[in-house]
Amino acid sequence: MSTTIDDEVSAETPQQPTKKQRRAANIADAASGGLKMLLVKLLMLGLVDAIAIYGVIILASAEQWLVAAIVAVVAVIVNWIYFSRRKLPAKYLAPGVIFLVVFQVFVLVYTGYIAFTNYGTGHNGSKEQAVSSLMASSLQRVEDSPTYPVTVVDQGGTLGLLVTDPDGEALLGTNDAPLAPVDAEMDGDKAVAVDGWTTLQFGEVVTRTDEITALAVPFSDDPNDGALRTPDGSSAYLYLSNLEYDEAAGTMTNLDTGTVYSDIGTGAFTSDSGEELLPGWQIVVGFDNFVRAVTDERLAGPLVYVTLWTFAFALISVASTFFLGLFLAIVFNDMRMKGRKYYRVLMILPYAIPSFLSALIWAGMMNESFGFINQVLFGGASIPWLTDPVLAKFSVLLVNLWLGFPYMFLVCTGALQSIPEELQEAATVDGARPWAVFRLIKLPLLLVSVAPLLIASFAFNFNNFNVIYMLTDGGPRDSNAPIPVGFTDILISMVYKVAFTGQTRDYGLASAYSIIIFVIVAVISVIAFRRTKSLEELN
Amino acid sequence: MRVNKKSLLAAGAVAVIATLGLASCSAGDSGSEGEASSSGTLTVWVDAERVDALQAAADAYSEEKGVKVELVGKDNADIKDDFIQQVPTGKGPDITMGAHDWLGELSTNGVVAPIELGDSAADYLPVAIDASTYEGTTYMLPYAVENIAVLRNADLVPEAATSFDDMIAKGQAAGLTQPFVVEQGAEGNPYHLYPFQTAFGAPVFGSNDEGYDPTDLQIGNAGGEQFATWLGSQGKNGTGVFNTDIDGDIAKQAFIDGTAAFWLTGPWNVGAATDAGINVAIDTVPSPTAEVASPFAGVKGFFVSSESKNKVAANDFLVNYIGTEDVQLELFKAGNVLPALSAAAEAASSDPIVAGFAAVGAEAVPMPAIPAMGAVWQYWGIAEADIINGADPVTTWQKLAADVQAAISK
Repeated sequence: MSTTIDDEVSAETPQQPTKKQRRAANIADAASGGLKMLLVKLLMLGLVDAIAIYGVIILASAEQWLVAAIVAVVAVIVNWIYFSRRKLPAKYLAPGVIFLVVFQVFVLVYTGYIAFTNYGTGHNGSKEQAVSSLMASSLQRVEDSPTYPVTVVDQGGTLGLLVTDPDGEALLGTNDAPLAPVDAEMDGDKAVAVDGWTTLQFGEVVTRTDEITALAVPFSDDPNDGALRTPDGSSAYLYLSNLEYDEAAGTMTNLDTGTVYSDIGTGAFTSDSGEELLPGWQIVVGFDNFVRAVTDERLAGPLVYVTLWTFAFALISVASTFFLGLFLAIVFNDMRMKGRKYYRVLMILPYAIPSFLSALIWAGMMNESFGFINQVLFGGASIPWLTDPVLAKFSVLLVNLWLGFPYMFLVCTGALQSIPEELQEAATVDGARPWAVFRLIKLPLLLVSVAPLLIASFAFNFNNFNVIYMLTDGGPRDSNAPIPVGFTDILISMVYKVAFTGQTRDYGLASAYSIIIFVIVAVISVIAFRRTKSLEELN
Repeated sequence: MRVNKKSLLAAGAVAVIATLGLASCSAGDSGSEGEASSSGTLTVWVDAERVDALQAAADAYSEEKGVKVELVGKDNADIKDDFIQQVPTGKGPDITMGAHDWLGELSTNGVVAPIELGDSAADYLPVAIDASTYEGTTYMLPYAVENIAVLRNADLVPEAATSFDDMIAKGQAAGLTQPFVVEQGAEGNPYHLYPFQTAFGAPVFGSNDEGYDPTDLQIGNAGGEQFATWLGSQGKNGTGVFNTDIDGDIAKQAFIDGTAAFWLTGPWNVGAATDAGINVAIDTVPSPTAEVASPFAGVKGFFVSSESKNKVAANDFLVNYIGTEDVQLELFKAGNVLPALSAAAEAASSDPIVAGFAAVGAEAVPMPAIPAMGAVWQYWGIAEADIINGADPVTTWQKLAADVQAAISK
């Protein structure tokens, strides 16, 4: 843009510039460079670079080399683009592309990755975390054992526990040396210091938490007597562990029952009889989630009828909102109609209220015993708007019609007004009836501009979670189905229920589902857009 | 180059955000850089409504022990999922506030560390300790015990009901068509119906010495079928006492308007009723049988993250500070829920409402925290709703038991 202005100005500048031309020249001067702009540019890029460098340092110290490299490369590219004298398109595109990558591509790729893992309840972290968590929870306090007041002491970096036993005797031990009696300095009933060892203050205890958490002082030479551990640095308890981890063999052994749990590549320690120790850890499971989504009979059966209803819901919603919107647009486009402005404002109202809110209000109005519709409009009838399988489907479509027609009304009004009046006049002169004018001339022209919006609207309704969730929550529930799916559930709300409700989450399966849904929507959109090309040939 | 100025600014902002975004993503992966992990600062996630109640205790602890306690107010609905997702990345808090029925899920995901209450365990209400223990290990420091009870409009019905039928009769004598309300909704609400179910002798799971036993499903026993039959007789085709069209808001409105004299609900709704000027009395749940009707007890408390780098300070703060009478009373004032520490519970019971709930709570049983419970919830309410709406009670109930069994042994 600006270059063309520059060109025009330089090409057409005559000897005696007019007032207008002088002003244009001034604007061009001020804009094309100038010290101020350069400074702002330097400042902004400096800021970007500073943050990038900070990010790289942080990432490098966390040994995140790949991400650090990406940040560095992006920063270099940004500098190169904005210091270059050319690259005008890139200057405009770069921010958008960066946003696209961070907020869309990354999310998509990450969802894809999760779909191939077993991420979910019980498989939430790494193997090391699972091992340490299992070991921690396998510790059992020895029944009826006393509370031992302890003092944490240090000798040349080795931590020890100075224990006062219930008889008032002082004992000292470390990770390697079992408890042994010592002469200690007492403070009241509690031993607080011993020669040759430094007593740690609470602050020091806190800073050495990791060592203290790992500190287990054997009670005696016999490991079956258990070990003293201190959770808070001031009292210790006698614990026995009922699990043993063999790192070399990668097995967990239950010491009480003798059962061996080994890592058989399923992301959890599993015994020979198939019993799993949870927590397990995250692993890549390949296409398991996709296979499960279509072959597990618990999931596959509902998947079929929910898919059918999803198509019906999306198609009927698009068709009903479009035809109502179109009808109203034609009516309000007629010059003979009085007060069109006011009616149009009214038409937009449903569009102006957030759909969350209106769906909730509709849900209240459709309550069988207390709702406005039954109580007031139907004189106390008890029509099960939301609890009868068929009526609930109808209610969902009705509410979605109410929510969706204003959009179609707006779109159609715009499209209708852009069709030249002459066409209609010409047709009328040729003797065409109004219906024929509409069907043969207006509707095809309208569809050319509206068809892509209808496809987008289909894709939107295909995933219209809000209406379903807020109005019926998929209900009424199909009590014959083995999973919590209802008669008005569409794919996206079923995925939500299968994956995120209840106490077991399965993010891997949910991601696999969302990829399947994405593929369905993409295929339909591609086919539909190809079809609409034939409409465009009308022009 | 006029337009370019704006685009440059935008580009700068974009690059900044993008860099920060990338950096923070990766910091999440690495797990070694979260500020929560630095020694000497305890990060505690707290239900946003209780931040103020805990602030004094946190400040006092910081002053005495030199460990900074940072309270982060969180929306109660998000705490559990955020905690489960963030702990494995190393970015979560050291301590989080939560409810005991999360325990199965938290423990299965390996995100909580055991906590040792030591001798102080005896100072808590037994139900609180039972609820904080999962498979024999204690994971939670309890601070409040919550259960439902019957709220009675003492102006309409001056005397407590002796049985379920007596309650309905008393309400009808006061001229009410729907004397008793309890929240249900289209998918039922088994939590609120559980007292009646226990009165028929049908708990969800049997229990052993480690707590509830997921392999011993009791819900489908003979008592369960009797309960189902009774529920059907009080539903749509019977007396109409239970109605799935009554949700929480409708039940509340009916009680506040005085069109219902009895309301089965929890302490969280008492404020709404007293604010509306209702003379509220708290009664035990009137039983439809000769047995006691025991509601579920929900216990609230604090968990220590398994990835916390400050476990010593976290344990010390919880056991030796949150576990004191003063702090428990302070938390009680913020939520008006019975404290879990016996001494604090006694002090709080000077309030007749709290004392009423505590009396009902003495009959309460902890809600099962075992993950198998998830399988129960998803069928339970829907079966009860079907029965209330006229489905055959016994077959529906048997199908419920079979569905739950199938889901558990999956």
